Amino acid sequence: MNAEMLLLTALTIITAATPLVYAAIGELVVEKSGVLNLGVEGMMLGGAVSSFALLHLTGNAYFGILGGAFAGIFLAGIFAVLTLGLQASQVATGLALTIFGTGLTALLGKSLVGVGHSGLQKLPIPFLSDLPVLGRLLFQQDVLVYGSFLIVPLVAWFLYRTSAGLTLRSVGDSHDAAHALGINVLRWRLLATLFGGACAGVAGAYLSLAYTPMWVENMTAGRGWIALALVVFATWRPGRMMFGAYLFGAISILQLHGQAWGIRVPSQLMSMLPYLATIMVLVVISRDRGKIRKHAPQSIGKSFYPTT
Amino acid sequence: MSQQVSDSGVLLNLQGISKSFPGCLANDNIDLQIREGQIHALLGQNGAGKSTLVKIIYGILQADAGTLHWRGEEVRIDNPGVARARGIAMVFQHFSLFESLSVIENIAIGLRGSGSSGKPTAQLRNRIHDVSSRYGLPLELDRPVYTLSVGEKQRIEIVRCLLQSPKLLVMDEPTSVLTPQEVATLFETLRKLAAEGTAILYISHKLDEIRALCSRATILRNGRKVAVADPATESSESLAAMMIGETATVLSHDNSNSGSTDKGRPRLSVNNLSLSDGDSQGVALQDVSFDVHAGEILGIAGVAGNGQDELMLALSGETRITPAAAITLHHESGLQAIAQSSPQERRTMGLCVVPEERLGHAAVPDMPLYENALLTAFKRMSLSRAGWISKAASHEFARQIIEKYQVVCRDSDATAASLSGGNLQKFVVGREIEQHPDVLVIAQPTWGVDAGAATTIRRALLTLAQAGAAVLVISQDLDELLQISDRVVAICGGRMSATYPAASLDASTIGILMGGGELPSSGLTT
Amino acid sequence: MIRLYKRPAPSRLWIFLAPLVAMVLTLLSGLILFSLLGVPVVEAFYAFFIEPLTSVYGLAELGVKAAPLIMIGVVLSVCFRAGVWNIGAEGQFILGAICGAAVGLSLKEVEAFWVLPLMMLAGIAGGMLWASIPALLRTRFNTNEILTSLMLTYVASLLLAYMVIGPLQDPFGFNFPQSALFHKAATLPVVWPNTRLHLGFVVALMLVGLVWLLMSRSMLGFSLLVTGSAPRAGRFAGFSVNRSVWVTMLVSGGVAGLAGLFEVAGPIGQLLPKISPGYGFTAIIVAFVGRLHPVGVLFAGLLLALSYLGGESAQISLNLPVAVTGVFQGLLLFFLLAADVLIHYSLKPVTTAPAEFTGLTNTQAQHVANSEQGAP
Repeated sequence: MNAEMLLLTALTIITAATPLVYAAIGELVVEKSGVLNLGVEGMMLGGAVSSFALLHLTGNAYFGILGGAFAGIFLAGIFAVLTLGLQASQVATGLALTIFGTGLTALLGKSLVGVGHSGLQKLPIPFLSDLPVLGRLLFQQDVLVYGSFLIVPLVAWFLYRTSAGLTLRSVGDSHDAAHALGINVLRWRLLATLFGGACAGVAGAYLSLAYTPMWVENMTAGRGWIALALVVFATWRPGRMMFGAYLFGAISILQLHGQAWGIRVPSQLMSMLPYLATIMVLVVISRDRGKIRKHAPQSIGKSFYPTT
Repeated sequence: MSQQVSDSGVLLNLQGISKSFPGCLANDNIDLQIREGQIHALLGQNGAGKSTLVKIIYGILQADAGTLHWRGEEVRIDNPGVARARGIAMVFQHFSLFESLSVIENIAIGLRGSGSSGKPTAQLRNRIHDVSSRYGLPLELDRPVYTLSVGEKQRIEIVRCLLQSPKLLVMDEPTSVLTPQEVATLFETLRKLAAEGTAILYISHKLDEIRALCSRATILRNGRKVAVADPATESSESLAAMMIGETATVLSHDNSNSGSTDKGRPRLSVNNLSLSDGDSQGVALQDVSFDVHAGEILGIAGVAGNGQDELMLALSGETRITPAAAITLHHESGLQAIAQSSPQERRTMGLCVVPEERLGHAAVPDMPLYENALLTAFKRMSLSRAGWISKAASHEFARQIIEKYQVVCRDSDATAASLSGGNLQKFVVGREIEQHPDVLVIAQPTWGVDAGAATTIRRALLTLAQAGAAVLVISQDLDELLQISDRVVAICGGRMSATYPAASLDASTIGILMGGGELPSSGLTT
Repeated sequence: MIRLYKRPAPSRLWIFLAPLVAMVLTLLSGLILFSLLGVPVVEAFYAFFIEPLTSVYGLAELGVKAAPLIMIGVVLSVCFRAGVWNIGAEGQFILGAICGAAVGLSLKEVEAFWVLPLMMLAGIAGGMLWASIPALLRTRFNTNEILTSLMLTYVASLLLAYMVIGPLQDPFGFNFPQSALFHKAATLPVVWPNTRLHLGFVVALMLVGLVWLLMSRSMLGFSLLVTGSAPRAGRFAGFSVNRSVWVTMLVSGGVAGLAGLFEVAGPIGQLLPKISPGYGFTAIIVAFVGRLHPVGVLFAGLLLALSYLGGESAQISLNLPVAVTGVFQGLLLFFLLAADVLIHYSLKPVTTAPAEFTGLTNTQAQHVANSEQGAP
């Protein structure tokens, strides 16, 4: 193995990690507000098909990204109406969102199967992109990869350094106490849920615009669920989440490079790795109840409705 | 009285406040006047409408009818933010704190919108320091709240309120979780505030406190204002009469010479029971030992969170303890070590338990009463055979409890959640007593229960003890313990005090024990 | 403005009405969707909902599709009522199929009556094995069973894909990714001659009765309901939550595995890379639409089976994508969850006028007490 191969591997890890970063950081904010949206997979599919359709219609990938975000917001909006407005079970509604999203995107995307596009342009950053190794790795990427580098520190800053972030965390910790302070619990949860939808939509957009510039039915292949697991793995902390996303990116591209590295295992079995790894990390994290207790939003998954 | 809107000393004037919930009227045409610098009591039983009224004042609820004047000006308080902006602050009965946030974050968020950035800044730190040293309320600002004691949590709430320099401080049952000594410190703080001109609306049903602290009292009953009185000139009996509407019935229980005469042989023994805390930060129980004898009621006094919950779970079998001999039952045939036994096995051996929380612990909220009867009685009352349920027998047992304990409900098909607190408590207590246990362990038997139900329950416990059972009562209600117990022991920080005959104690001596202190003369211990 | 008001007790009426309302709303949305897609609405509805029921073949196929849905739905409803979120029935279904098929294929020389029962046992064991992983992780390490059971579904699909090109591939199958066809003794008997309706449907009906009996009359069922509804009350009574997790996971895994074996040993006849159109996931909808009650699940299973048949029929006659089925299923679940709000809440416009009042009755006083203790 030579340096060039290592660099290529690192580049593919970034590609595999980027959609996870978006989906997981969105869900992290949602869960910090006390909402558990299990529909990430469905929202990602919605983002993927809409962004590809918009790319197909307009020829402009940036419209695609916007379309993906709005598709995610739309689907998260359905979830919000049901769980925040009508007090439906968050677990059941999230599952419904994934089932619905899978069916709807398969239906809407029927005519897009087999269509090819060039996908998202790389945008080398002047000067920085000329750096050896790092330049190619970090500064010759597309706008969504740059965005994924920025969004995690931004969310961390928002959550832990701003008044609004504190309010959001308080809503997730105890909606009754927040309500008693005059905080509009449902509005904060709505905003967080919609933000999570936008992020999941962008994650999907990255898949269909950059990762493999095309639309395939069910193309997320469980990444939405892995993102959910990542949030637990990170014990709701953005920095650890970023680390986890890259770890999973690395595991999931093992199957691509496995053959080249001389690993003689059938590809189907290699493909199991990300899922098995997810289970492993969930076990490791869940064992430590103290850590979960310390960082988990206390009112996650519980419905709230002001009784006036 | 009601036309003093222009009076300059009146801070808050409520007139004709009504508030209804689906199916009930919580506040019915209530008037209330609070003056600057006044400590004003709002007195009433559970369900009298006190909490609803203060929630309206603080903007959590909106009145259906009536007016609210603040310093002579008619105002609408649509939400707590508006209330705070006017200078109204509130300390809740169940703290509205965020457990996973730090102390300073909790304070910062409570100050949102009142001229503060809502962020934990260095400037805020200084202000907190000023207030806490001035009123003697020390705080550790960077600790997460879930690691604090109840008293410390209340301090956060009070400091948070004081930082807003409130004109009116509303306190909802602030002493229910404090030792008598902590209560004394709190009263000092409140008197100091009142002397500086802050009005305090003090909600309680504890008559002695109100007589000691308040200069005015508004008394509510069934959602209506029934009287305004000067507590200093009233007796506890007269205040109680206004609050309850009839002369309070006093249970006759002669415990004056109990303790000196041994009532019977021990039935339940706890021997050197120690338990580590779940969060591995210390011990929950340390070397706890006591006996409960046949025919007696042993009361365990203590402020919540001092190991009572852990003790209950260990006794009920929800946590198993090693060695098994840490808890023993005494039978004719000899000793039985049960600390390793399951809850079902313990019931079969004659130990029944009533936990503190009715809904979700003692009873399944969404299940009908007959299934809740089945829940603990299926073995002792033979409500199931070979794994199959007898619905008829379950209904019969539930009806028997409903009738004997005068449980107000539709029928044995009504869900536990549809009953009021007092009626469900009567059902739960009845369910355990009707299984004729040799030993009954009961926590907070009359917490949040109306006076009638409380009397029924206490009487049932006395009857059970007279019939020869050993009864262990864990309660925060000192009056209750002194009233029904033969002997009393206090728990503090997971350690037990010595045991004293109830007749030799009063509220202040128990207070010393609850705070971990010792009584000077130890000759009284049994 | 309209607000929700919590009902004092759940409305029994709406427990039954909600699924009907949801069905009507789903049909209406379908109507809008079809007209937006430019599909002739009347024809589409006929093709989707009526045509499949007009022939003997159609009715039998309804049973074929309903069998796995009812089998899995009825055991999932037990899981959900016990508070155990087994979302991985699809994976347990696949594992049952793989294990049962492995037994059947390895006995291809044997024409004996015990081959099929042995395959069924292997199917049950396979499903149980797969379900025991999330059960073990939840009870030992407190790991969320939603995520683990779901991850295992992806693993199971990949395992199946590997099996049909690896150990279980048909050696004379021209390298197609599939197993050999099952021989006669390994094939599920048909209960309706000249159709594909198989033993599985009978088993599904028996399961409905059995689960009904267990959940309404046995202490085991009662203990599951208690630990699901109020875990602390369960511990207090002496019912272990971990035991509930194990019982429900093993039962649901075993039944899902058996359904998987039925599918490959019956209608399909061999192992293929894809053996299920998402029965394991649709069964979640079946359980909810069926109100987590065995009899409700029976009807819901037939309804959702119709959505599969309708999708196929609409594909043939109107060239609509099969994915329409998924959309209908998702919509149905959405509308059901929305309609369910009426079980626990009543919708009323906000009034600011003072309420008429004639004195506080006993029950009203209770509500005051409740609201004082419980209201935030």
